[in-house]
Amino acid sequence: MAVKKNVVTIKGVKDGLVFLMNDQCAFEDLIAELKHKLEKTHHQFLAGPLVQVTIQFGERKLSEIQKNIIAEIIKNHGNLVIRSMETKEEKEKSRSNLKVIKGIVRSGQTVSHEGNMLFVGDVNPGGIITATGDIWIMGSLRGTAHAGAKGNMEATIAASYLRPTQLRIANVISRPPEEWGVQQSYMEFAYLNNGTMEIDKMVYLHKIRPQSMQFKEE
Amino acid sequence: MGEAIVITSGKGGVGKTTTTANIGTALALLGKKVCMVDTDIGLRNLDVVLGLENRIIYDLVDVAEGKCKLKQALIKDKRFDECYLLPAAQTKDKDAVLPEQVRKMVEELKEDFDYVIIDCPAGIEHGFRNAIAGAEEAIVVTTPENAAVRDADRIIGLLEAEHIKNPKLIVNRIRQNLVKKGEMLDIDEICAVLAIDLIGIVPDDELVIKAANEGEPTVMNPNSNAAIAYRNIARRMLGDTVPLMQLDTKPNFLQKIKKLFRIG
Repeated sequence: MAVKKNVVTIKGVKDGLVFLMNDQCAFEDLIAELKHKLEKTHHQFLAGPLVQVTIQFGERKLSEIQKNIIAEIIKNHGNLVIRSMETKEEKEKSRSNLKVIKGIVRSGQTVSHEGNMLFVGDVNPGGIITATGDIWIMGSLRGTAHAGAKGNMEATIAASYLRPTQLRIANVISRPPEEWGVQQSYMEFAYLNNGTMEIDKMVYLHKIRPQSMQFKEE
Repeated sequence: MGEAIVITSGKGGVGKTTTTANIGTALALLGKKVCMVDTDIGLRNLDVVLGLENRIIYDLVDVAEGKCKLKQALIKDKRFDECYLLPAAQTKDKDAVLPEQVRKMVEELKEDFDYVIIDCPAGIEHGFRNAIAGAEEAIVVTTPENAAVRDADRIIGLLEAEHIKNPKLIVNRIRQNLVKKGEMLDIDEICAVLAIDLIGIVPDDELVIKAANEGEPTVMNPNSNAAIAYRNIARRMLGDTVPLMQLDTKPNFLQKIKKLFRIG
């Protein structure tokens, strides 16, 4: 049985075991390796006194059914007792937390949001738009936009008309357009490539940041 | 019950006071009862532009402090019977009155006048708060310069955050020859950024300076381009449909000859 390595990591702690579940692989792989480890490689745990188990799923989003499947597998192995299941939902939440805002951000005004933001309208010079995730603007960006405000280097800024005063992604600041050498301003987006701000046509957004657009569940 | 309109800009020197004086006078020319209010306490100018400086006895601060009645502080214009000025104090500071006091005065004026035109000081501080307190409408004045447009944008944001919902725009001091050369922002660009209704454009006109120094609003001089522009604005305020002024200067003799022979 060919299973990817280290999808499930089992660690011993003072008062039991911690199961670290990889949050990038397919759920089926996780189940397969969990079964494999419990039945084949780590069966030495299964004999002996009751062991408290904490399961950490990382950023994986699980349905109740999936949680039950995992719980069943672990309970079926006699002496393991599940103490808790933990998921880091914050980042996952922010990724799907899209906010749509309509209006004009005028000079001296600030709009900010935790997560992704779709702004319908113009951002004028002197106005600031900030999000911890991506920023998409249906309108003109003439002011300042700051995506990935809490340090997400993967964040992007896209606008129908991209002529900003300043762009910021995570902690990288760029003063367009003289730094870019791009003459066109319509339907473009900004992203970080090895820590440098780059601009490209909107149609390439899905190639450069495929996770921005997901048509199917992981 | 009249309308109270504040003339504001954020940036100084774009022509708020000149615009107030000319729109006020133009409305009076059209037979309306007008009262202009100067809220630029400590730096009053409106009285000078209107040529009424030497008639001031009481001012806005005196009214606020209860030293006189509102009617006593009003100065009748020398040209019209139904046009008045409520002057600002020159010796005090902006915080000599409270926005609530200005609001009460404007409410009282609206009962007697068709239009109460409020001249706002530059800036966004206490003076600005005073000026907008009584107004339900606003006219934002800008010039075709980035700095002025930036400040106008800020002001529009502040007005919208207050009770004034649909401010109108005047683009002042347009120099068509510079616009043509691309050295000055053009009107479409300004309107695209500010995204509010344009109520008029005023060409740069040397006669305005002369008129202001003489204490006679430009709008009285029918030979001035700026005067026609201000009269058009006043008519639009009354609900008339007036097309925007053509700013192209008349062709000179050589251009006429060239046109005649279809060259150039």
